[in-house]
Amino acid sequence: MVTLVVKRIGFMIFTMIVVSLILFLLLETDLTGDPAARVLGQFANEEQKELWREQHGYNQPVMLRYVKWLGNFATGNLGESIRFKGPVADVMLPRLWNTVILGFWTFAVMIPLSLILGVLSGMKEGSKLDRSISVFGIITTSVPEFASAVIFSAIFVFTLKWLPGTSSMSGGFEFKQLILPAMVLIVYDFGYVARMTRASMAEVMTSQYIRTAVLKGLPYRSVILKHALRNALIAPFTVIMLQINWLLSGVIVVEFFFAYKGFGALILEASLNNDIALLEACAMVAVCVAVTTQTIADIGYTFLNPRIRFS
Amino acid sequence: MNQDQTPVLVCKDLCISYYTRAGEIPAVVDFSLTVLPGETIGIVGESGCGKSTVAMAIMQYMGANGGIKSGSITFKGRDLTQLSEDQLRRIRGSEIAMIYQEPFASLNPSLKIKTQLMEVPLAHENISKDEARRRAVEMLSDVKLPDPERLMESYPHQLSGGQQQRVVIAMGLLSNPSLLLLDEPTTALDVTVEAGIVKLVADISKKYGTSQIYISHNLGLILETCDRVFVMYSGEVVEEGTIDSLFTWPRHPYTHGLFACIPLPTADKHAAPLKPIRGQLPLPFERPRGCYYHPRCDHFKPGLCDREHIKMEHVEDSAADHRVRCLRYKEIDHHLLKPSDEVKEPIALGKRVLNVDGMKKYYEVRDSSLRALFSGKRIRYVKANEELNFTAQEGETVAIVGESGCGKSTFAKVLMGLESGTDGEVRHKGKDISEVAVRDRSDKQISSLQMVFQNPFDTLNPSHGVGGQLSRVIKKFGGETDKKKIFERVMTLLDTVKLPRDFYYRKPRQLSGGQKQRVGIARAFAGNPSMVIADEPISALDVSVAAAVTELLTDIQREHKTTLLFISHDLSVVRYLADRIVVMYLGHILERGTTEQVFDPPYHPYTEALLSAVPIADPEVTKREIVLEGNLPSAMNPPKGCPFCTRCHRRIGEICDIEMPPDREVVDRHVIKCHIPIEELSKIGPVIIVPDESERIHATKSE
Repeated sequence: MVTLVVKRIGFMIFTMIVVSLILFLLLETDLTGDPAARVLGQFANEEQKELWREQHGYNQPVMLRYVKWLGNFATGNLGESIRFKGPVADVMLPRLWNTVILGFWTFAVMIPLSLILGVLSGMKEGSKLDRSISVFGIITTSVPEFASAVIFSAIFVFTLKWLPGTSSMSGGFEFKQLILPAMVLIVYDFGYVARMTRASMAEVMTSQYIRTAVLKGLPYRSVILKHALRNALIAPFTVIMLQINWLLSGVIVVEFFFAYKGFGALILEASLNNDIALLEACAMVAVCVAVTTQTIADIGYTFLNPRIRFS
Repeated sequence: MNQDQTPVLVCKDLCISYYTRAGEIPAVVDFSLTVLPGETIGIVGESGCGKSTVAMAIMQYMGANGGIKSGSITFKGRDLTQLSEDQLRRIRGSEIAMIYQEPFASLNPSLKIKTQLMEVPLAHENISKDEARRRAVEMLSDVKLPDPERLMESYPHQLSGGQQQRVVIAMGLLSNPSLLLLDEPTTALDVTVEAGIVKLVADISKKYGTSQIYISHNLGLILETCDRVFVMYSGEVVEEGTIDSLFTWPRHPYTHGLFACIPLPTADKHAAPLKPIRGQLPLPFERPRGCYYHPRCDHFKPGLCDREHIKMEHVEDSAADHRVRCLRYKEIDHHLLKPSDEVKEPIALGKRVLNVDGMKKYYEVRDSSLRALFSGKRIRYVKANEELNFTAQEGETVAIVGESGCGKSTFAKVLMGLESGTDGEVRHKGKDISEVAVRDRSDKQISSLQMVFQNPFDTLNPSHGVGGQLSRVIKKFGGETDKKKIFERVMTLLDTVKLPRDFYYRKPRQLSGGQKQRVGIARAFAGNPSMVIADEPISALDVSVAAAVTELLTDIQREHKTTLLFISHDLSVVRYLADRIVVMYLGHILERGTTEQVFDPPYHPYTEALLSAVPIADPEVTKREIVLEGNLPSAMNPPKGCPFCTRCHRRIGEICDIEMPPDREVVDRHVIKCHIPIEELSKIGPVIIVPDESERIHATKSE
């Protein structure tokens, strides 16, 4: 078990370094065009570019620059954002926090809901409840976020006038503004997780050890809670951990639609404006989160599954 | 069995059906059964005959589409079919317990043994956790598991198959049930482990007075465990009676057919060929009118057997409860149809085709734990095959016998070129092939060395037709290019394996298990191989199908003078089929010799134990009981001395643990690897004693 954790963490660090190298090569070297031109714009002349390169140390050898760049990152010096005219950290952290809040509420509602409904429908495969949940899940998952955002706005903003149409939080944090974006995300993702859980639960319910548990004369409740649930949650666990990545950097459409000042929207803005330092910082954060959640998923998986833990 | 005892269970005129889209499928028809306290009932039959359905009906666990159509199941005076789910729950596990075919699948993989055991008494009785724990530990030692305290903290996958089944048995017995249902409890286990479990179950029923219903396809096991037996065919009981009466004087032609399908310990393939039952088990909705067995019966009489449904009838002049479902049982004289009437010519052996000389196969295992990293012992070896020496001649059948993990399949892989040998030589027709991978072999080499696999269900490509798969082999190995000629060859192949010619157009999913195995055999013989390796070719098949496939293999072998390397754990089939036997254990050959030499003393102690473990479906055969204790040691960490020393019942002392025993030659080519001198071993009497034909009960009775 210890070996496994140490190995996974080592692998995690290795992945981060590889990704950082790729990121550096793509954005900071001539590989994909002159960085000076990218920062200063297409109208800058050669003299200005040369001056910029000299100032920002771009004439040093590539390897040395990479090590320095990595060192800066590690010490929290993320550089200056040219778009927002300030330190990257000051721009990025509040945005990251906003996304964490949105992601947290989405998660807090979506995971229990989809797990409970998934388990209920997997418990009796083919029952009316199962079929209704499955059909509902397919419908919500197949409607794209932008469409459901429009539909929900039409209902709750324009017809019922219950909720605000934008979530820019311009007058400070307001929970009401969070409801619509969270709702769109919940509805979109719920079907996916619920159906995964259902499939896994249904498979467990047909297994022979469930038959053993029933024929031991255990109460139905303890057959489900003690014998079925733990085995049924092994497969969805990995999927759930993957949703964290998606919520962090994959919800650009929703953030954009509701003018929510989140992390995904920031990445979009940074790349549209060639804001290299900001883009690098955002990308590294996204990668770190992705690799960390995956590591947690791997370790958690072995914890849930004793066959892997003790082999 | 007193008549005044109140029965534990009474099934009366039970009809069970499954309801599918195709309509109602009657799985069990008109089933009646009475179980007295302390009695063990056997239900025997081939797959699809409804024997497991009966067990599940008693448990009232039929799934969503199954239901009891009519009849009653009365357990201690209560009709189980009328009980509510909650009332059933109180009976399940506490009064009726069940033991399953696959112990590993029946245990929850993510819960500790202690949780799974303790919850049984906790669910049924009002006791404390400490008390439940105490009982669980006690029961684990009752089922003869070593170190119960440690086992309690283990997970199922950390135990061997035999240990898992003992845990399941302990689980079933924890609340002291009055009825125990055993559904093929030893089918997934090795022979020696099976013998241990069978003995345990018998001891337990004696100790606790538990009634048992023992379901099996193996007549020999039923004979060893039961008091009364029910033979089922296509959803109905065709014959029932006490063990003595039914096994000595079977009345129904199907029961006879089953017996003729099992090789007896005296029989071999030349003197007494097996007599498979022709045709196939009808599907439930294709059952014929009248007697369900009539299309396959040799005694079928038109106008009598195919008219109306036949009732069970009490057999005249027999023990009280011998009953049979046959109209003609009195007229049929089974002695006229003894299987030994037919005699086949032995095959003349030709020159030596296979020469295995000191073959070794080690697998490297990389240990990736931190401890191994620090101690530097990162690579360890699994010694799958250690110094194999034997030969095979043209037309000869050599059997490799041993329990799972003994290295017999590894040897087959090296021979086929799927793995390469570590050391030594394997010469096929003079050429060393042990290190030539299959892709480096010439087409001729590949076609002359073919294999028939264990599981016919997975070895045929499901998306190609039978004809296509056979044509390909002929094209590749036969060098034939003309389409018409290839088609002709496929047709003759289908004739050879006795399949109808229109099977050319069938897909594997349209075939039964036995038919698939025939296609597998046709595929292996398509390139006229000089040697065929058959890796447990019949262990996945039903008794009557297995007999047919065995006969087919020997017939084709006889015709083509093929050398057959038969890998099996089933000694009765090996006795029947093989000319020479190689007994393997943990990668070593412990004994080799001709079939007679191996089956008669002197034995290697392991051979002796294997022979004792074979269930024999003949009440007049006596066996010496040798039950091996313990588990097969891990191949990663084998004993230093004799590989068998940890379980040997004839261990002579420290020398067995320290020193590898020498190969002792009894006579030419009969070799025993043991520290005990041959003279000592020769003093041991035979394990299986078969009475002389003239001394048999039915022989005297028929006169």
